[in-house]
Amino acid sequence: MLVLEKNAMTDEIERLVDKFGKNRSSLLPILQEIQKNHKHIPDYAQQEIARLLDIHPVEIYSVISFYSFLNTKPKGRNIVRLCQTITCDLAGKKAVANAIERELGIKFGETTKDNKFTLEYVNCLGMCDQGPALLINERVYPQVNPEKAVQILSEVK
Amino acid sequence: MESKDNLRVPGSQKPLVIEKPTDLTTIGGTVSVEINEKKIIVPLGTTILEACKMSGISIPTLCHHEDLCVAGVCRICVVEVEGMRTLQASCAFPITAPMKIKTSTPMVRKARRHIIDLLLSEHYGECYSCFKNGKCELQTLAKEYGVDSYTFGHLDKPKYEIDKSSYSVVRDMSKCILCKRCVRTCIDLQEVGVLEAVNRGEKTHISTFLDKPLSDVICINCGQCINRCPTAALRANDPSDEIWAAIDDPKKHVVIQTAPSPRAAIGEEFGLGAGHSMTRELNTALKRIGFNKVFDTNFTADLTIIEEGTELIIRLYKALVQKEKIALPQFTSCSPGWVKFIEHYYPEYLENLSSAKSPQQMFGALIKTFYAKKAGIDPADVVSVAVMPCSAKKFECNRPEMNSSGYKDVDYGLTTRELARMIREAGINLPEMPKSDFDNPFGEASGAGLIFGATGGVMEAAIRSVVEFVLGKKAEDIFEKANIIPLRGFDGIKYLEIPIGDKVGPVPEIIQHLIPNWDWLKGATLKIAVAHGTANAKKIMDNIKAGGKFSECHFIEFMACPGGCLGGGGQPIPTTPEIRKLRAKAIYAEDESLELRKSHENPHVVQIYKEFLTEGPCGHLSHKLLHTHYTKRGRYIA
Repeated sequence: MLVLEKNAMTDEIERLVDKFGKNRSSLLPILQEIQKNHKHIPDYAQQEIARLLDIHPVEIYSVISFYSFLNTKPKGRNIVRLCQTITCDLAGKKAVANAIERELGIKFGETTKDNKFTLEYVNCLGMCDQGPALLINERVYPQVNPEKAVQILSEVK
Repeated sequence: MESKDNLRVPGSQKPLVIEKPTDLTTIGGTVSVEINEKKIIVPLGTTILEACKMSGISIPTLCHHEDLCVAGVCRICVVEVEGMRTLQASCAFPITAPMKIKTSTPMVRKARRHIIDLLLSEHYGECYSCFKNGKCELQTLAKEYGVDSYTFGHLDKPKYEIDKSSYSVVRDMSKCILCKRCVRTCIDLQEVGVLEAVNRGEKTHISTFLDKPLSDVICINCGQCINRCPTAALRANDPSDEIWAAIDDPKKHVVIQTAPSPRAAIGEEFGLGAGHSMTRELNTALKRIGFNKVFDTNFTADLTIIEEGTELIIRLYKALVQKEKIALPQFTSCSPGWVKFIEHYYPEYLENLSSAKSPQQMFGALIKTFYAKKAGIDPADVVSVAVMPCSAKKFECNRPEMNSSGYKDVDYGLTTRELARMIREAGINLPEMPKSDFDNPFGEASGAGLIFGATGGVMEAAIRSVVEFVLGKKAEDIFEKANIIPLRGFDGIKYLEIPIGDKVGPVPEIIQHLIPNWDWLKGATLKIAVAHGTANAKKIMDNIKAGGKFSECHFIEFMACPGGCLGGGGQPIPTTPEIRKLRAKAIYAEDESLELRKSHENPHVVQIYKEFLTEGPCGHLSHKLLHTHYTKRGRYIA
């Protein structure tokens, strides 16, 4: 990280600490904001949050590693998550998964070369009555089938 | 400071404690419980585990440790409580109402057995090839509960690579059972924060920041995590093979120095209770193992007092008389864990750290210069070993700047546990050894050097000398039997003011070249403080940073480990508050039994200033051999 980027990151975290308060309980909102703005939480940001909240960097890392929606390494611009839980599985998840893998040319857990998509499995999205369910960034798509999944992906910028 | 403490402790890890009433005779002050049909009355808020202990019933525990807050994660301590559907973890259940408890029912036994079986299914390794064999808490439980097969399977391959990157601590996470004692030790007890549980569910493992090797993160090497690990997942980096090789090599002259704390604790490794000093028996045992010379680290502890005390006097003189800007308070630098802690977390205060080396490193430098010359041995052939209660000493002797003799000053740092193993390996039963003395030219040392092992000891030793230097009176005239009681005990932070008064003595000969008289100290008050455990050190440092009471101190002793060296990370396992008390008692008793109890009266110390360090304390040669410098490490990891 360049010094300028570091300074900007420190400023950003300081603002967030002011906004949410200097408490341990502010950790998650702060992490979510950083994740939203940067698509990941850089090592330096973790250490700065630790310093400003007076907790240890490893505790921050522990929290990030606990939550699937927080990550330490950059991912693609759009994150495609397919529900892998049992009802979606019975509703035809496998076919959708194959179609998405073919369409994007990557396996689950990978990112496309142009950095446009990251493909992941996710646990229950709460759409068990309307599976298989797909989550792209923050939008849920229920009742997808292979054709619909390809259609949805083509509409993502 | 109070509210900040609450902020620090993770909510999930706050002790599940209900305030015990101060007056137990008030209504509701006590509660009556029935454990295995035996009635007992306990204070409100007592946990089931404590209540069982009171009525003499033993409950197995794994994640529970007396030094640490309640976690309740291992569930091995479950008991049946009448009226409750599920089993309850007794360590995390404060009693607030009368209840009936059963500790040995079929359900309890089956649950405990299953927990052990499940732990074993994730625990890699065979007991006979494990260094913790016979001392492992999981092994003991498996034996107690009659485990004779792996009900849920057993790993045939290690899950993780062993992390041997650190000079001090080796992590073998395949043997980890996720009790999180190390996590609570590192975060709550020591406030260093190296270890934490990473990932979720079956992928959970204890790891460092960004899963980096231990040598790359901010670990202070204190080894407290080793002392609390119930299995062999954490251990010290053992150099005993290299030491055996040196002993077996006829060309090598192998010398060993023994620190006070291992001597007060090593008996525990040989089946004695805590609090038996084994100093003279150990001397014989070490000779029989094959060490050529056995020296007493207390000798350089005495030397540390002279060097560090002189440094303090110079600092005070510069600040008060010459009105120079000089860093005060002065911090002690004997504890390598503390030194690394300040290098990482408070690098702006490194100026305050005494430049005097720790006794171990001073001795290392003297052995390969003064002693080698005197004995007519090539320093290249001298192998210098140090028995320490400490895993951080292993890191310290490997610091690149620690070679002022021209060679690596101390070759190997050996912990109490490792030495005990070497002694057993040599077929020696330590308690049966005849007593013998330390070798010359360093010979016997003072009781002041001895009490370095307990928290407050360095300060007490320093004060005994300083008051005699400045006031020209005997320390015994000021403190009864020269025991400075306010500096003893296990309070996290101790503070003492010593008024100098209007009467000062003559400047002793040894430092006459540095200051002309003591008049400038008339009417002054010497303010000193003592902290043990880096969590307490952090409190003092934050107070100094905020300009609080401790920023007005003159001299502060810091020890990284709770209880000081006697509770060090290289000491026999287990270490509990009770055991630390007994070890301290042994050290103070040995001090009282000695004639020589003040560092500056040690004839060998006086001799070495006449013979070798002729420019006196803090002179040129002293600076070369006995003083060091520190590295600003900072808190960031790239």
